[in-house]
Parts: sequence; C-alpha cells; structure tokens
Amino acid sequence: MLIDWFTVGAQTLNFLLLVWLMQRYLYHPVLNAINAREKRIAAELADAAARKAEADKQRDEFQHKNAEFDKQRAALLSKAAEEASSERQRLIEEARKAADDLSAKRDELLRNDASNLNASIARRTQTEVFAIARKTLADLAGASLEERVWEVFVSKLRALDDATKARLAEAMKQSPAPALVRSAFEASPERHAALQQAINATFSADVRLQFETAPEIVSGIELSAGGQKVAWSIADYLSTLEQGISELLTKTKTPAASPS
Amino acid sequence: MRLSPDEMIFWQHGFVKINGTLVFTWGIMLLLAVGAKLITRHLSTDHQRSRWQNLLEIIVTAMQQQISEVGLRQPEKFIGFLGTLFLFVATAALCTVIPGYEPPTGSLSTTAALALCVLIAVPMFGIQDQGLRGYLKSYLEPTFIMLPFNLISEVSRTLALAVRLFGNMMSGAMIIAILLTITPFLFPILMTLLGLLTGMVQAYIFSILAAVYIAAAMHPVKTKAAAASPA
Repeated sequence: MLIDWFTVGAQTLNFLLLVWLMQRYLYHPVLNAINAREKRIAAELADAAARKAEADKQRDEFQHKNAEFDKQRAALLSKAAEEASSERQRLIEEARKAADDLSAKRDELLRNDASNLNASIARRTQTEVFAIARKTLADLAGASLEERVWEVFVSKLRALDDATKARLAEAMKQSPAPALVRSAFEASPERHAALQQAINATFSADVRLQFETAPEIVSGIELSAGGQKVAWSIADYLSTLEQGISELLTKTKTPAASPS
Repeated sequence: MRLSPDEMIFWQHGFVKINGTLVFTWGIMLLLAVGAKLITRHLSTDHQRSRWQNLLEIIVTAMQQQISEVGLRQPEKFIGFLGTLFLFVATAALCTVIPGYEPPTGSLSTTAALALCVLIAVPMFGIQDQGLRGYLKSYLEPTFIMLPFNLISEVSRTLALAVRLFGNMMSGAMIIAILLTITPFLFPILMTLLGLLTGMVQAYIFSILAAVYIAAAMHPVKTKAAAASPA
C-alpha cells in the first residue's frame, strides 16, 4: 500500500505547523519590513517633494526680489544721471554767465579806460588849442587891432535889438554907479569920446562911463551896468567854441557808453 | 527496493510509527523555521540590509507577485498557505543533493496530505469570500446538470495533484537509484541536476495550481477556464 494514513495525518499536521511557523517567522516580519520601508520611502519622497516645492517657492521669491531690486537700481541710476546732467547744465550755465559777466565788466572797464583816455586827450587838446589860440591872438593884439575892436564894438552897440537896448537903458537908469567899460588895452581919449557919443546916441541919454583896463579880455570890450552886460571879445568866441566842442564830446561819449 | 521513504521505519508502536518521511519532513521544517528565524531576527527597514534579508524579500515578493498574477486580490492573505506549499516542496527537492536524503514529497502519503490540505483550503477560502450559499451555488454553474461533474472534478484534481507530485519526485529518486547501480559516475550527477530542475518545476506547479483552484473558488465564473489541469 503506497498510502500510510497515519503518515498522511501526521504530514497534514506537520504542514499546518509549518504554515504557522512560516507565517510567524518569515512572511509577517518580511512583509512588515517591506511595508515599513515603503512607507518610509514614501514619506521621504513626500518630504523631498515638499522641500522642493518650498525651495521653488523661495527661488521664485528670490528672483522676484532680484528683479525688483534691479528695477529700483536702474530707476535710481537713471534719476541720478538725470540729476547729474541737469546739475552739470546748471553749473555750465552759471559758469558761462559768470564768464559773460566778467567779460562784460572787463569790456566796460576797457571802454571806460578808452573813453577816459579819449576824454582826457580831448580835454588836453582843447586846452592846448585854446591856449595856443589865446596866446596867438594876444600876441597879435596891437593898437590897430584895438582900434578895429573899438569900431566893431560901437557898430555892434548900434545894431543891438530893441529889447536888449531897453533892458540896458533901464539898468543904467536904475544904477547909481556909472556904467563900466572894460578893455584889454588902454584906449585913447578920442576912442573914449567916440564910445561916449555912440552910447549916448544909442540909449538917447547922457550916460556916465568909467573906463578900466582888463588884460584877461583878449582883444575885446565889455559894457556892464546894473547887472546887465554887453560885450564883444575874441575870448567870447573862443569860449563859445569851447562850449560847442565840449557838447560834441559829451554827445559822442554817451552813445559809446551804452553796451555793445 | 523502496518506493517511498514511508518504508524507512525507525520506531513503531502499533498504528503509530516514526518513518523516514516524518523524520525528513521535520528536518525540512527545522531548517526552514530556524533559517527564517535567524534571518528575520535583525530585519532592517533601512536602505541598508543584509544579503539574506534581500534573498528572503526577493522570494516573498516574487511569491506575492505570482499569487496576484493568478488573480487573487490580497496576496498577503494567501501567501501563508500557498507560499509554504511552494517552500516545502522546493526545499524537499533541493535537499536531494544531500547524500542519504530522500525527499518526503516522494511519498504518496505526503503528497496526499498536501492535496487534502488544498482540497480543504479551497472551499474554506471560497466560503470566506462569497459565503456558504454562494460557494455551494458555484457547483451548479453553469447548470445543475453540471453538479456531479463539478464534484468529480474537485476530487479528481486533488488526486491528480497528489499523484503528479508523488510520481515526479519518486521517479526522480528512483531513476537516480537505478542509474547508480548501472553507471555509477557522471550520469547520475546529470540526472540529479535534472531532478533538481524537475523538483523546482513541481513546486511551482503544485503551488500555482493550488492558487488557481482557490482563485476559481473565489471567482467561479471568471477563472473556471483557467482551472483546467495541466499535464
């Protein structure tokens, strides 16, 4: 008989015992270990994923901040550049203005110097010219010229207009002192008489005269009474000329002083 | 000449006896239990682990994968029974390299015991899954006429399981014994190698068939076709 039923029963028990032993010592521990490892790996992976997400987030944040910082820096730089350029413009403008002022001042100074020089040259020339003229005329003055002067004075007196004549007559009438006649040279009594006659005729009255010699009147005669005066002399002409020239000089100086 | 280790009797007291089959089986049980205990004593859940632990993990996960490929949804529930079937039959075959050893699976008593365990386990798992009524109803599928044939199939496949394993293992040992008397040198070694291969194949076939029967009992319609027994 191939089958021994006691052995069959015993082997069944043996097999069931082996199943229990294997369950207890093999499958449970190994499966538990595998499950624990898988769980642990899953946890580690989840942790890694979380860390990666966090890192990504932080990287994004950092990049964002970086970009913002770059933008701010660029804005600040451009603002600074703008300010610098405007400041530069302002400084250049200021310097140019200062230079212009300085140059204008210098020009004015130069012009002033030039005009002062011109004026002094003109004054000097004027003085010299008149001095020469006075000297020449004084040198030329003599008896014959004097005579001619007397004649001219008489004729001028006669040619006086009515208003002047009336004013002089009034002055002579009012004045208690005699009318004063001044001449550069001592004249002859005939001249005095002729003048007396001419005055009397002109003013239609007997006018008292007092004669005086005054060398500062260059070749001329002067009649003064009660603050009124009638005179003819070369010095008069000269001073009129001098006045005209001075006026001319002042006129030319005034437009030259205006800025170019 | 001995056909099976049942005939090696060490001690007998009437019906009760201790024969070679029982002794070799205890040896295998001791080997498996002590080995498992030793290796799993310092199991690591870390990334670093011992080579023996790796070996055990490979074996256990491979068995799990095979069970789930057969169509059983919760491999952890069945690995105790099916995995132990495989480990026992495979270890019994592998130990044939030890001189003086005779595989306990070469005894029809052992294979019958294993087949009986399968015969009982199949309805147990089936009833656990779909209830007593649902399980019994599966014998009437597709029609009640099929009931006797289903019952015959249940018995005959159990018989086939037992006899197939016995025949293969016994014949392997027998061939080696005969060859040793005829050509005692190289040829028996080759046949031993072939015997090892046959033993592994038989272990695989036995446990996978048990898995298929259990799966068929749990999903009668879907896996009935897969229950056709191989040669």
